[in-house]
Amino acid sequence: MKALRNFMNKIEPSFRPGGKLAKLESVYDGMETFLFTPNATSRSGAHIHDGNDMKRTMITVVVALIPALLFGMYNIGYQHYLAIGHSHEGWFTMWLYGLLAMLPVIVVSYVVGLGIEFISAQIHHKEIQEGFLVTGILIPLIVPINTPLWMTAVATAFAVIFAKEVFGGTGMNIFNVALITRAFLFFAYPSRMSGDEAFVKLDSALGMGGGTVVDGFTGATPLGQVATNVGDQLHMTNIMGEPISCLDAFIGFIPGSPGETSMIAILLGAALLLLTGIASWRIMCSVFVGGLGMAALAHALPSATYPASLLDPWTQLCLGGFAFGAVFMATDPVTGARTKIGQYIYGLLIGVFAILIRVYNSGYPEGMMLAILLMNAFAPLIDHCVVSSNIKRRARRAAIKE
Amino acid sequence: MLSKKNKEALFNPLSKDNPILVQILGICSSLAVTASLEPAIVMGISVIAVLAFSNVIISFLRKTIPTNIRIIVQLVVIAALVIIVQQILVAYNYDVSKKLSVFIGLIITNCIIMGRLEAFAMHNRPWPSFLDGVGNGLGYTIILVIVAFFRELLGSGTLFGFKVIPQWCYDHGYMDNGLMILPPMALITLGCIIWYHRAHNKELQED
Repeated sequence: MKALRNFMNKIEPSFRPGGKLAKLESVYDGMETFLFTPNATSRSGAHIHDGNDMKRTMITVVVALIPALLFGMYNIGYQHYLAIGHSHEGWFTMWLYGLLAMLPVIVVSYVVGLGIEFISAQIHHKEIQEGFLVTGILIPLIVPINTPLWMTAVATAFAVIFAKEVFGGTGMNIFNVALITRAFLFFAYPSRMSGDEAFVKLDSALGMGGGTVVDGFTGATPLGQVATNVGDQLHMTNIMGEPISCLDAFIGFIPGSPGETSMIAILLGAALLLLTGIASWRIMCSVFVGGLGMAALAHALPSATYPASLLDPWTQLCLGGFAFGAVFMATDPVTGARTKIGQYIYGLLIGVFAILIRVYNSGYPEGMMLAILLMNAFAPLIDHCVVSSNIKRRARRAAIKE
Repeated sequence: MLSKKNKEALFNPLSKDNPILVQILGICSSLAVTASLEPAIVMGISVIAVLAFSNVIISFLRKTIPTNIRIIVQLVVIAALVIIVQQILVAYNYDVSKKLSVFIGLIITNCIIMGRLEAFAMHNRPWPSFLDGVGNGLGYTIILVIVAFFRELLGSGTLFGFKVIPQWCYDHGYMDNGLMILPPMALITLGCIIWYHRAHNKELQED
């Protein structure tokens, strides 16, 4: 530790104004505060001193994502070996395959995103902000594993530039950057983002795995199957055509984007976020309540025209990206509502819209991404209404007293 | 013929006073018709024709038009010209007129035309008005072509309908970007052009 500190002290002058590398000053600052807690504190004015700065907030979210990440890797391997008929492989082999499959995506996401952030910080002579720490890990978790790396790179670059830097960088963005990445991919390359070939990796990952696919394989996610279901009975199967239950979806042994399949892993992350107080429990709970309510309503009026209405409400919540979106995306403190009443409304509407899109819009089997992005746009309006109605109420109260 | 003032009327709208980039007019049609180059160019030519001739006609009439009903008179002139353009298109270039559908008719409501009539033709002689119309029409067309170039190239891999992205790119996993065909990307492309334009014209930058 001490050697590192000495080294940082030694190279510091060349990064300060007048030094050889003065242009890269913010790179130095970013690395220094990443490695060591900064000493500087404000000396004047009223400040609440709290050890919880933005870096620690971000790291906590990353830690909360680890269960979903690890399970996601395992599930990629599990689905792969199931598809090539080697389902007896050990769990470590499966996990390792998943790790190798996801590693390039994680690297691409961080290199592209952080690269743009670093360049942008140098151009504007600003400090490097750590907002991309979370986004960079969210992107690999919500992008289907078979998406070509160059598409992920293009989408990440698009999202960081047009959803974040253009608005002024970390903390100023209107839309969730990771979701913009996914939305970009979803609308730009729809054939790679849904259907049979998107969610189960069949070829080898960095030299590991690979083999011939066994007969009867279908790569569609349960929600994809529901969307094309015919008749009054739902037939949800795993990739080998065997029927699956709500429990499979709860544990996570279903095809899907890496992070979203396992409800258990997501709930572990949710528990950490709620215990540390980083995510708003108001938003998280109201998303689930809204989704459950809308799903129950749809289920009360089942119709073969809208097959997703045949799903019972609990299964509805376990499938697809609903839980992942509710826990990690909707609760984004930058893009979500900030007033307490606003958070209830915001969360409730996300849940309602997600299920509404899922059930009644046959073009989109999954609606969580679109619901959150839509409500991101309305969050400032909700806050504005809550604040101004509060002002009005208090003004009225004051007027009566006089 | 081309005094300094006339030159300004003709050339200023190309960049410094561009109707789309600086006056932010005519955005609606520039999003709608720029999915590929051909309709964008036809649209641009139609707007140049309508704008130039309505400017001239209104400029001739400018002293006889009663102020109270000038908007209606202007609209009648524009509408007559638009119908002529539309009929010519249907007669000679039916496919493109199909592609442009209502947007040729909607030139009537294009803010650029109304704006130039009010701001320029009502106070200037016919010849400068003609130049102003051509200049603004050209400024509009240039932006349309730039936007359409990027949208058609990245969205369909073609230019004027010809494949320009070689087949081996597709064989190696390249795919056309479907989002470029959708209007939101037209807005973002336009935004990038405005970004670039402002960055290179310091006097246009607001605080």
